[in-house]
Amino acid sequence: MAGNGIRIEGLKKRYGAGDTAVDALKGVDMQVAPGEVVGLIGPSGSGKSTLLKCLGAVIDPTAGRMQLGDDLIYDNDWKVRDLRALRRDKIGFVFQAPYLIPFLDVTDNVALLPMLAGVPNREARARALDLLTALDVQHRARAMPSQLSGGEQQRVAIARGLVNRPPVILADEPTAPLDSERALSVIRILNDMARRYDTAIIVVTHDEKIIPTFRRIYHIRDGLTHEEQGEGREIG
Amino acid sequence: MISLAGRDILHAWGKFVFTGIGLGLLIGVTLIMAGVYRGMVDDGKALLDNSGADLWVVQQDTLGPYAESSSLYDDVYRSLLAMPGIAQAANVTYLTMQVRRGDTDVRAMVVGIVAGPPGTLGWPPHLVAGRQITRGHYEAVADIATGAHLGDRLTIRRNQYTVVGLTRRMVSSGGDPMIFVPLRDAQDAQFLKDNDAILQGRRRTEANPAFNRPGVPDLVDATIRAQGSNRFVNAVLVRLEPGSDPDAVATDIRRWKKLTAYTRPAMERILVGKLIATSAKQIGMFLAILSLVSAAIVAFIIYTLTMDRIREIAVLKLIGTRNTTIAGMILQQALALGAIGFVVGKISATFSAPLFPKYVLLMPQDSIAGFGAVMVICVLASLVAIRVALKVDPAEAIGG
Repeated sequence: MAGNGIRIEGLKKRYGAGDTAVDALKGVDMQVAPGEVVGLIGPSGSGKSTLLKCLGAVIDPTAGRMQLGDDLIYDNDWKVRDLRALRRDKIGFVFQAPYLIPFLDVTDNVALLPMLAGVPNREARARALDLLTALDVQHRARAMPSQLSGGEQQRVAIARGLVNRPPVILADEPTAPLDSERALSVIRILNDMARRYDTAIIVVTHDEKIIPTFRRIYHIRDGLTHEEQGEGREIG
Repeated sequence: MISLAGRDILHAWGKFVFTGIGLGLLIGVTLIMAGVYRGMVDDGKALLDNSGADLWVVQQDTLGPYAESSSLYDDVYRSLLAMPGIAQAANVTYLTMQVRRGDTDVRAMVVGIVAGPPGTLGWPPHLVAGRQITRGHYEAVADIATGAHLGDRLTIRRNQYTVVGLTRRMVSSGGDPMIFVPLRDAQDAQFLKDNDAILQGRRRTEANPAFNRPGVPDLVDATIRAQGSNRFVNAVLVRLEPGSDPDAVATDIRRWKKLTAYTRPAMERILVGKLIATSAKQIGMFLAILSLVSAAIVAFIIYTLTMDRIREIAVLKLIGTRNTTIAGMILQQALALGAIGFVVGKISATFSAPLFPKYVLLMPQDSIAGFGAVMVICVLASLVAIRVALKVDPAEAIGG
């Protein structure tokens, strides 16, 4: 289903032009296999957010090649036409704050994505409930986001990111607001989900608690990535 | 697909309901303003309907008797009766004045009507209680809006009148209730001077050598008698014979009697186009201002609600929500706010209309037009918020 995971070659992004041009990405290479969770770490201003926005099909890279799952997204001057549908169907997002829709209950927050894709309401809700059960928050299915704890909200946000079975999930500081126990719980869930749904997951983080859990880590500095092996510590 | 707007409204129902109530009261005022204008037009038409006339004959080149003062000799009607096409003609006087009832004053239009059989021109066509005037003096038929009851005593100038009948919706074009009295009494009320003025007038006449000539002793007495009598009315109401052309008869009256005659459509034009034209413009201005204020309120509320949701909108866009879905959500919220406001406004207008001192006529077509206008205003008011929402960059959902 997820095919090739994430494959990036020579990805560049330049902001502005002429003397004021800034090269945020200078030729990033990256590869994440289906079912794998990798960390992306780097200091502020290193290009993390730019890379995440390029991967999230929110901004266009200046050059390079990017493939998500089986789909080629960018190839230098060429890009896929419908980025909105691409984001909906091929990419799952998990944010630092859960950003759940406050006026929808937990089930509909998760079911909204398949509904937007045209899946009938009943089927979308069934799919959402399956995921909520897998993430152990099914007992809060009818609750409103404001009634959930921080950890529960983040699990619901993960369920939303997974509900359309995307080949790729981009997690932007998903554990930042959580304590150690809950942070490790979220990483465990992401690992479980990656394996279960064959999804490639990139976790952007500064969180020292979770960095040792990654088997592979991409360091980004001055718009370039360097790959290194992580500790891959088991989460109890 | 679930209704995002509906869910948001249910979630923040208090904000919507209270804003809707505020907007509704504004819409209610707008509907009442429209009703006041309709009431004025209806009062004018009721005045014409109740007179029972086909033509109004007034002083030459005046817009009388309702829009301008008009004065005719009270024997003019006889010569009018002799004209072809005229079935009935009756004198009438109109005078808007303060009428005393007990300890209170009532603003009323005193109408002088001639004696005659039931259905005589100028008579109130329907009574809700009591009887018509049968005596030549000091009886009155009053509209219930004066607050009078059968047997009440009304003071008009120096004389007292007993209320013998009551009418409903017999009002002047200004909305003042009518009080019908015998013509002679009405003429006195309109033209009779007080005793001091009569004495002064006599002295002035006696001191005038033109009226008090030596050798003509009766001249001054005759002059004083002539000055003291009142032989004027404001208009002659004319009913035409079946088949007569009102315009042709009016033209004949203008040509041969040197008077001005108005047909029913012409009199309606005077009442609506001239007498209440300024009021209509004033109400129109108020309606325009109220519409602008309503639009500003809806725009502000929807804009504020949208700005509160900017992050959620960015997330929605990031996860692939169509712009049309987001625009639809904002538009539906604006329309829902307008609908709540309209319902509240319609209810408040309906229940408060009878409390207004002047007649407020709420017409279904005005409500339909009002609903349409509210919806259009809400659509326009939501455009700013929609523009802001569509400009939201989905990248805002991603940090950095």
